[in-house]
Amino acid sequence: MSSTTLPVARRPLALLFSIGRLVMPAIVLFWLAMAFFGHWVAPYDPAGIQDADLFEGISRKFWLGTDYFGRDMLSRILAGARYTVGISLMATSLAVTAGVLLGLAASAIGGFFDTAVSRFLDALISIPSKMFGLVLVAAFGASIPVLVLTLAVIYLPGCYRINRSVAVNVAALDFVAVARARGESTFYIMIREILPNMVGPVLADFGLRFIYVVLLLSSLSFLGLGVQPPEADWGSLVRENMPGLPYGAPAVIMPAIAIASLTIAVNLTIDSAFGRHAREGVR
Amino acid sequence: MNATIGRLLLTRLVAAILTLWFVATVVFVITNLLPGDVAQELLGQSATPEAVAGLRKALGLDLPPWQRYLEWLWNMVRGDAGRSLVNGSPVAGLIGSRLGNSLLLAGITALVAVPLALALGITAAVHRGSVYDRIVGAGTVLAVSVPEFLVASAAVLVFAVQLRWVPALSQLGRLDSVLDVIRTFALPVLTLTFVIVAQMARMTRAALVDVLSSSYIEMARLKGAGQARIVVWHALPNAIGPIANAIAFSLSFLLGGVIIVETIFNYPGIAKLMVDGVSTRDLPLVQACAMLFCGAYLLLVTMADVAAILANPRLRHR
Repeated sequence: MSSTTLPVARRPLALLFSIGRLVMPAIVLFWLAMAFFGHWVAPYDPAGIQDADLFEGISRKFWLGTDYFGRDMLSRILAGARYTVGISLMATSLAVTAGVLLGLAASAIGGFFDTAVSRFLDALISIPSKMFGLVLVAAFGASIPVLVLTLAVIYLPGCYRINRSVAVNVAALDFVAVARARGESTFYIMIREILPNMVGPVLADFGLRFIYVVLLLSSLSFLGLGVQPPEADWGSLVRENMPGLPYGAPAVIMPAIAIASLTIAVNLTIDSAFGRHAREGVR
Repeated sequence: MNATIGRLLLTRLVAAILTLWFVATVVFVITNLLPGDVAQELLGQSATPEAVAGLRKALGLDLPPWQRYLEWLWNMVRGDAGRSLVNGSPVAGLIGSRLGNSLLLAGITALVAVPLALALGITAAVHRGSVYDRIVGAGTVLAVSVPEFLVASAAVLVFAVQLRWVPALSQLGRLDSVLDVIRTFALPVLTLTFVIVAQMARMTRAALVDVLSSSYIEMARLKGAGQARIVVWHALPNAIGPIANAIAFSLSFLLGGVIIVETIFNYPGIAKLMVDGVSTRDLPLVQACAMLFCGAYLLLVTMADVAAILANPRLRHR
């Protein structure tokens, strides 16, 4: 935030932290760009079998080795960004939009509506997210639209809880009372009075929610219950290359590192943008 | 005073039971919402209408939904989870034969993870603001942002492929010596520990930092008490409630981790059973496993609440 006046880092650790402050958002932007352009940037055809051995190691020709069909791993990871980042972004946007609107409505309307929605969604939180995912996939299958909806439904309650608690605090302020006295509609109060005053927490929550969604989607795909072949997100890439693990093939570990790089980068970007305490209490 | 605690605990218990009932309802509704017909799906497209109707009757699908719901709920309460759609054997038996394995894995993990997390959390809180504290803090953020299967596959790469200390897959069966037990459980337990220690250490640190910043600790310090005495004698007794809360809450993360770990190491537990059930769409099995996991989760969360109530004098006097 106030990075302009920072003195030259005195300790190596502090230097490391300030470098991280620049690198982390860059990693996030890189993966976002790959979600759109990954297919074009990929050095080889992601689905094309190359003239190579199975589970090849890292080489100048194949930067991240090859997979169980002899396909180029780097290309497959870049192409997989579309699914991992794309599905997660859509699901998170859905969950956060619905969570914010419901939270705003609960804080602006209050009374029975607030109690009913809060009780219902709070009870849903008591289903562990992976379990919820498994039950939903068992019932509805794992096509991509279903996955997006599944992930959105799972993270809606947590998102609602955070946004409601922020919105309730804003709704208690004087200018909201003034707007009510002016006779503004509930919708106007929600969108024009309360929402602009909670943009920071909403964005921080969006980032954290995105991390959870990426991790859950990857886990489901890893279990073979997420994105289905021939399409492959990063979790599926780990799964399909598991036979290479005994040979120490990079094909297993590289997609997993891609996931970790994305989630850690988002996590630390939120930290430096909103402060560490923004994460507390979110779950 | 005791009546207040009793009432609080009773409230928690009733709330937990009501929540479990709600969860059961959600699980039932989700698994029965599908427009398709289970009987049709089981028999395939070429089945005669009579055969489908017969199977529908046998499965109780011809009854109205609310009647099926009540019957299902009552059977669940009695511990009768019905029969597997895939191989026809009773679900309760399938689960029963594997429950012990999962509990063993979870138990060993808890034995390893809890002392480790407490040590990390307490030392980080004592040396608050130091390089060590920042490293532990950064480490916990990393650990919660990383998928479990990355931890697991990295552990296999290092300890099974490079160092060849342990086999890559756990095989239950030949547990003749202590060494066998260690070799079988090392990697699954290592992975699970990694997953839950971060959360537990962070919450422990927060609880202790809270206590250490109160004025009676400053008083003890002014009195000339040593650092170790302050932490062990003055601070820890008042942090036990929040720490017990942290332990119970973090152990609930085991339930998520165990799903990945049992799959990756091919460990014959109920999480593996459930994942297989989901991929074959064996709904009775999935329902029963889901209820078991949600029940365990609620139990741990309720225990966390109870620990917080019992240890907090302010709550006791409310």
